[in-house]
Amino acid sequence: MPEQERRHTIAVLVDNEPGVLARVIGLFSGRGYNIDSLTVAEVDHVQHLSRINIVTSGTEQVIEQIKALLDKLVPVHKVSDLTVEGPHVERELALVKVAGEREQMVQALRIADIMHGRLVDSTTESFVFEITGSSDQLDAFIHLMEPLGLAEVSRAGVVAMARGPKGM
Amino acid sequence: MPDTITATRVDVQMPPMTGSEVVLEALAEQGVEVVFGYPGGAVLPIYDAIFKQDRIRHILVRHEQGAVHAAEGYARSSGKVGVILVTSGPGATNTVTGLTDALMDSVPVVCLTGQVPTHMIGNDAFQEADTVGITRPCTKHNYLVKSPDDLARVIHEAFHVARSGRPGPVVIDLPKDILMGQAPYRRRADVQHRTYNPRVEPQADEIDRAVTLMANARRPIFYVGGGVINAGLQASVALAELVRETGFPITLTLMGLGAYPGSDPQFLGMLGMHGTLEANLAMHGCDLMIAIGARFDDRVTGRLDSFSPGSTKIHIDIDPSSINKNVPVDLGIVADAGRAIEALLGRWRAKKVRSRAAQLKPWWDQIAAWRAKDSLRYRQNGKVIKPQYAIQRLRALTKDRETYITTEVGQHQMWAAQHFTLDRPRYWMTSGGLGTMGYGFPASLGVQVAHPDALVIDIAGEASWVMNMQEMSTAVQYRLPVKSFILNNSYMGMVRQWQEFFHGNRYSESYMDSLPDFVKLAEAFGAVGLRAETVDEVDDVIKAMIEVDRPVICDIVVDRAENVYPMIPGGAAHNEIRLSPEDDGPVQGSEKGMVLV
Repeated sequence: MPEQERRHTIAVLVDNEPGVLARVIGLFSGRGYNIDSLTVAEVDHVQHLSRINIVTSGTEQVIEQIKALLDKLVPVHKVSDLTVEGPHVERELALVKVAGEREQMVQALRIADIMHGRLVDSTTESFVFEITGSSDQLDAFIHLMEPLGLAEVSRAGVVAMARGPKGM
Repeated sequence: MPDTITATRVDVQMPPMTGSEVVLEALAEQGVEVVFGYPGGAVLPIYDAIFKQDRIRHILVRHEQGAVHAAEGYARSSGKVGVILVTSGPGATNTVTGLTDALMDSVPVVCLTGQVPTHMIGNDAFQEADTVGITRPCTKHNYLVKSPDDLARVIHEAFHVARSGRPGPVVIDLPKDILMGQAPYRRRADVQHRTYNPRVEPQADEIDRAVTLMANARRPIFYVGGGVINAGLQASVALAELVRETGFPITLTLMGLGAYPGSDPQFLGMLGMHGTLEANLAMHGCDLMIAIGARFDDRVTGRLDSFSPGSTKIHIDIDPSSINKNVPVDLGIVADAGRAIEALLGRWRAKKVRSRAAQLKPWWDQIAAWRAKDSLRYRQNGKVIKPQYAIQRLRALTKDRETYITTEVGQHQMWAAQHFTLDRPRYWMTSGGLGTMGYGFPASLGVQVAHPDALVIDIAGEASWVMNMQEMSTAVQYRLPVKSFILNNSYMGMVRQWQEFFHGNRYSESYMDSLPDFVKLAEAFGAVGLRAETVDEVDDVIKAMIEVDRPVICDIVVDRAENVYPMIPGGAAHNEIRLSPEDDGPVQGSEKGMVLV
């Protein structure tokens, strides 16, 4: 029986230097591993450290490989598997554009209000909502907008962090 | 006035330097004595600086691939870092095969590539290629130097990365304006790497668990690879002590040959697809496997789901990603092989394990029964030279000399591994992971440069040898008396063997018509050509080859139909190993196995 695939959220602290993202992505593409979501930004402007959050899925053996290979990359400072290292929070941000008939727009506004979506742009024919939450919450929101004239979705990808006082 | 931080890091003693001078100064400080290279527009400033100094010797190859393999041969036979210098664009792309080879076989090399000036990068300039992009997946790490301030630091870092941890190739891409402009020098001691510090020391509790398992094993085996050779000469000395004191049998991978004396009775021979019967069956039937510096390659394991099914497995490797990659193990230890072996030895002695001879006797009896099958035997009858015979004679006539062996890839490589017994590490240079035809000849030049007085022999097949034969011109120019011992069967022998076994004897495109006359070819290059066509000529040709203090090609015309045995067909398990047809009948592959390489 094939081993069970599992979703893992991995945080990687790297030197923010040219090509570092290509090294990380190349590692996944070169070995046929999945990337479900990937976010990257500099988090320490003095030491020029970037944090990459990767959501991937694979068997336990594959996940162990991914972590070992990431850790081997020269510009990598630390690899942390948030999924196995304890409880953590995951958040995602999306911009969702809805353009529809008047009644649909009213409906969209009401749903956004209930689901804590924030209106960030409006014209007479369209709204852009900002919504933050778990990936599931974002999925649900987008799903609800579909019949109401969903025109465009832009998602930031998952950012994640371990719960509790300890820093990475 | 410079700020204080910069002032302490930049060497104020040094006169002003150009980027090229910084490159050479940094190489010299890293102990580099020789560079294998080929000039071109983007690296002209470095070549100009080379012209004006005499600390670093430059060997001009005839193709950049040859430069990398030569640097690999130099590195593997000396334990130092090999250095390559090539120009931008095609110079850099021609190194890709060599770099991939070095990555697969963990060979420390630093490859300096020229690049178009920084302001032209991305413009599709003449001889521009995205070198860091192209070499990213085939190097351990690579750098593009965009600021003169980074130059010296990057070179020192590159050597550190190449030689430490699991060694590998590092590329430094050098834009021409960086080489021509002024650049500050930084000493090696002033460069500390922020992130790259591989773990080398094993943890005591892991060593303790390993020794406990070893003390209770009844059918143990050491399975040892090239990691022990990379760990330095002391690691092989410690390994020999550990093997002798435990009384366990040991098998070596293709890359590990020489890490343990090949003529020692505790050595079972090489394992894997063309390994000995006793090595493979011992791996299959063991109750404890102690893998050290080996990576469970598919050529070693055969079919994974029936690989050594009943054993407890310990895996010691400096590369954490090698552990549990192909085969799940019970105890993984991330450490330098040498440190781990010494720790095992220390713990074994401290525990005062009583002699295990009685408990191990049934295991050794079983091994002796397998060994009695003499799985490497062949028959030299008639006048046609058997390739195995030629290699055995080569070994017999060179064993009292300082003899280094390189090989190409294919049947001859396997016969060399089986029949050229090696007793010391660093005397065996072969392309194991990538299987690069054309590796052995340029590698032999690098070995000869590192060991000018030694006898250096490339055991070759004619098809492989032809792939990088242009380097004979290099050998002649630098008076490198390398010997090419070509086992010439007019076929890509291993391809032909697989076609015979698995593709119904359809020898599609594996025969070479119109091969050169190797004797005349040697003469055309200014080297010496010799030929043996019958069995009685072999010894004389070998003796003549050894006597000549010049590059030699020996064209040994061998039996075209000979196959390599034993063989574990692709997709088969260790216990499905096939001996020669006289014992086991013809080898037949399965549909499933045919898919595998």
